[in-house]
Amino acid sequence: MLRGMEPAIAARHVTKTFGRVTALSDLTVEMPSGVVGFVGANGAGKSTLIKILLGLLPPTSGDATILGLDARTQGPAIRRVVGYMPESDCLPPDISATEFVVHLARMSGLPGSVARERAADTLRHVGLYEERYRPIGGYSTGMKQRVKLAQALVHDPQLVLLDEPTNGLDPTGRDDMLDLIRRVGTDFGISVLVTSHLLGELERIADHIVVIEGGVLQRSTSTADATSLSGVALVEVTDRGPEVMARLRAGGAQVETADEAGHLFAVTLTDEAVLDAVQAAAADLGVGLVRMQRRRHHLTEMFQEVAR
Amino acid sequence: MSGDVIHDIGFRHYAGERLGRGWVVRSLLIDTLRGAFGLGRPARSKVMPWILVAILALPPVVIALTVLLTGGDELPVSYTQYLTQLQLPIGLFVAGAAPYAVSRDLRYGVMPLYLSRPMLRTDYVAARYGGLAIAVFLVMALPQTLLLVGALLANLPVGDQLAGWAGGLLASLLLAVLLAALGLAVAAFTPRRGLGVAAIITILLVVSGISFALSGIAESRDRSELADLAGALDPFRLVDGLTAKILGVDPAIGELTPTTGGQVAIFALVYAVVVGACGLALVRRYRKASGL
Repeated sequence: MLRGMEPAIAARHVTKTFGRVTALSDLTVEMPSGVVGFVGANGAGKSTLIKILLGLLPPTSGDATILGLDARTQGPAIRRVVGYMPESDCLPPDISATEFVVHLARMSGLPGSVARERAADTLRHVGLYEERYRPIGGYSTGMKQRVKLAQALVHDPQLVLLDEPTNGLDPTGRDDMLDLIRRVGTDFGISVLVTSHLLGELERIADHIVVIEGGVLQRSTSTADATSLSGVALVEVTDRGPEVMARLRAGGAQVETADEAGHLFAVTLTDEAVLDAVQAAAADLGVGLVRMQRRRHHLTEMFQEVAR
Repeated sequence: MSGDVIHDIGFRHYAGERLGRGWVVRSLLIDTLRGAFGLGRPARSKVMPWILVAILALPPVVIALTVLLTGGDELPVSYTQYLTQLQLPIGLFVAGAAPYAVSRDLRYGVMPLYLSRPMLRTDYVAARYGGLAIAVFLVMALPQTLLLVGALLANLPVGDQLAGWAGGLLASLLLAVLLAALGLAVAAFTPRRGLGVAAIITILLVVSGISFALSGIAESRDRSELADLAGALDPFRLVDGLTAKILGVDPAIGELTPTTGGQVAIFALVYAVVVGACGLALVRRYRKASGL
């Protein structure tokens, strides 16, 4: 679901220093709606930016907006339409998930009966059923993370900020949580900013990736751009391979033969038009296309230089 | 519940009303008030507050019966005296309720969840404080009201009793404001609940002990004006001295109470400074140790 075309989050020359420590250094970045992965090592400045976006920490200099609201001056208005899942433990053990999420729904401004209804709904959506009536103290880490996610979603925010939601989970729990986050973005129609120190897990679910290191922006790229429009397509035709290649080369495409007979070749994808040209060439020459397979560049490869 | 079928109808968006900070503060205040009496908490959390309520409510029933049976035209204890005489259960109630109000949120890191919602840090402090102060006030107002009912049933003069009762409520209010501020300030610095309970009750007992000890020393050296002033150290004596002067009623401890205007002014000043300092300490505490 699109909620306006302007960036969901925009930071302009944001610097934040704590005494002599610089957490964010002249950070300028725009993040679109949808699922945005925010990657950086521990201490890279991810949590600092989240606090600034929630209007809880004024930047030393620069400005940030979230959903068009000014983080410096419109904190309460921001926190009305944004949800936040902290990295740290934040659940009291002696209360049930239902009661806790109902309470926090009220704290977000939902009237009493609506709070009850939405708490039950949201807990179900994150995968907590009968266990939600038991005290949180007895929950597994995975269940606790789900409660933390539920409290961030219960008031139907337009955007949620999820700080290291996969922390402490085993591989299966990690996959479940990532699928859930992807569903928040696609099925629930809520924009997501999700942080992790692991790029690999975010590239699976994010539409856009932002990488910071030591408070400095390293890269901000759409994963669609990054994975589909770079790299190569492997093309195989039934016949007359060399002629197809010649046509493509005449059209300006870079083509390399991959087998002896010349029926299998690789086309460098400079833009989407190249794929159309392959189809047109095959159609003109009356040959069949056996396959046209994109070899997705893995983001991990792209960022190897960054991660080092 | 039986027979209900859950249909997955997908995530529903909410387009309805979103209430403002006023509602948020009110909800948190009611949550604090309920929590102080163990409501919405496990059964074992209800035991202590309700035992204390029973301890505070029982004497008025006995007193009323005594007056009914023996006659007489006044209660054996005045409304304000009643508070001072039952300071131990009142103190215990504060010691139990204050840590529940704030220590839990600090200890389990819940503060970031509050702060990421449409409220300010000061809203949180105000709601927790307000809820606790109201709970402490109710705990004192209930036995006072029972005293009044007993007195009226015993056909004591209505005007006198109503005036005494109103004075008792005023003293209860002053005491609730002071005790809640003290209790909350101590609890906010002791994230472990047991420690908070112990710290609050210890502080209340120790200041009371020191206050009486100093008064005793001053008395023995014939410095009765200093003996009166030492009462300002103990919250119960402080409020008793203030209300006795304001209302013109008999103080709980007759010989040790402020008499001159200057002394009353000092009592009022101490009261204001203690409440103000506790409030300031709380606000500062939450500005720093918010966990976010």
